[in-house]
Amino acid sequence: MAKISIKNLSLEYSDGTESLQNISLEIPARAITVLFGPAGGGKSSLLRVLNRLNDLADVIRIEGEVQLDDLDVLSSQTDVIKLRRRVGMVFARPVVLPFSIQENLTYGLEIAGEKDRYALESAVETSLKKAALWDEVKQRLDDPATSLSGGQQQRLCLARVLALEPEVILLDEPTSGLDPISTAKVEESLKKLKEDYTVVLVPHSVQQAARTADIAAFMLQGKLIEVDSGDKLFTNPEKQTTQDYIEGRFG
Amino acid sequence: MISDTRESFDRKIQEHLESIIVLGSMVEQSLLDAVEALKERDLDRAREIYEHDQVINEKRYEIERKTLITVATQQPLATDLRRLASIIDLAGELERIGDYAKGIARIAIRLGDQPPLKELVHIPRMAELTADMLHRAIGAFVQLDEEAALAIPDEDDQVDKLYNILYRELLEIMMADEDNIDRATFHLWVSHNLERAADRVTNICERTVFTASGRLTEFDRSDDESEAF
Repeated sequence: MAKISIKNLSLEYSDGTESLQNISLEIPARAITVLFGPAGGGKSSLLRVLNRLNDLADVIRIEGEVQLDDLDVLSSQTDVIKLRRRVGMVFARPVVLPFSIQENLTYGLEIAGEKDRYALESAVETSLKKAALWDEVKQRLDDPATSLSGGQQQRLCLARVLALEPEVILLDEPTSGLDPISTAKVEESLKKLKEDYTVVLVPHSVQQAARTADIAAFMLQGKLIEVDSGDKLFTNPEKQTTQDYIEGRFG
Repeated sequence: MISDTRESFDRKIQEHLESIIVLGSMVEQSLLDAVEALKERDLDRAREIYEHDQVINEKRYEIERKTLITVATQQPLATDLRRLASIIDLAGELERIGDYAKGIARIAIRLGDQPPLKELVHIPRMAELTADMLHRAIGAFVQLDEEAALAIPDEDDQVDKLYNILYRELLEIMMADEDNIDRATFHLWVSHNLERAADRVTNICERTVFTASGRLTEFDRSDDESEAF
């Protein structure tokens, strides 16, 4: 059964651009689902619907259903704070807080009411290990987070999301500013994380999509063109438009 | 709008396809020449073909190396990926057909100073059929013509039939006079090489179907009684 079920989702911004048109997609648990396609295709819009970040944007129309297990994500009754704890997000540019490495990780938990020092320390270690950063920073947890490299900062942001123990992790081009080695480390940690989490990734290139996708969804101009296993879609797609895009014939 | 990157990638693919055409022509010629040298008992020509195999081998490795560089630098997907993978595969198949031609040339050299066994009829016909199939199979691959690639393997039956006829003839020749056994066995090996070469043409057609459609199919003719061993 799908962890997230999207049915007939349409979304329109106040400037008249229709960003999503009748999208239906099942996102399975414990897999990496990749949303890819050219800019302006609706990937980020779709990603942001999943934890209601679009509440802050000029959306004038949103229709359809988004279910996270039994939770109606789009319902006005849904507690958005609780939803975002279940559905964490990592953005393209790492935004570390102007605190130490350790405090970046405990901040969210403390706000959520966690006071037990042992639990906080344990969460720091566990989340850093899951984000494949522990070995690099365990000797300097009190250093400012800004002293980390770009790649390390991005993995710290991932660890910060993981510290809150979400069920779903959304990533919007998380490696777009990283060098190939840092990118490989982030991708490697995503592959481990999918054993326990539902991962939804907007990749920064078709090649990254092909490397990471268990499920690949190709989006173009607000429409979902094709969904299939990554293995199938990147070697033998059904639709000509998908083929033309992944072969670099447009975009 | 097609990007410059795409245009340069298309040029690379075209270069690799042209190399396959060149290798295919080299192999086709070697096969025909080897049988011609055997028929005409032309030892110099047979030695040339034998040595020319090294050029074929080098061309195969050049294609592999250059295609791998394209795979690494362009990170192809979908049809592009299947086509490049198939080019590497075809280079191997063609080189093996070249080895069969080399084997025939070696036999021509070994038989050079011995009296002819019989007039060669079936062997040159097998070589012509195989070379013609090979020529069209390469064309179908380059043009990505799935229909043509699907039709060619049926013609392999004719090669198999000739092989079986020749096999029986050679057996009779061997039974008639044991002095013939040595030479007849060499002829049997020649025909076997040609039969194997035609099988590899079938493999090339399978790669064309794979490139065009993504389907990995084996043109299985195992129920056909005319199939060779």
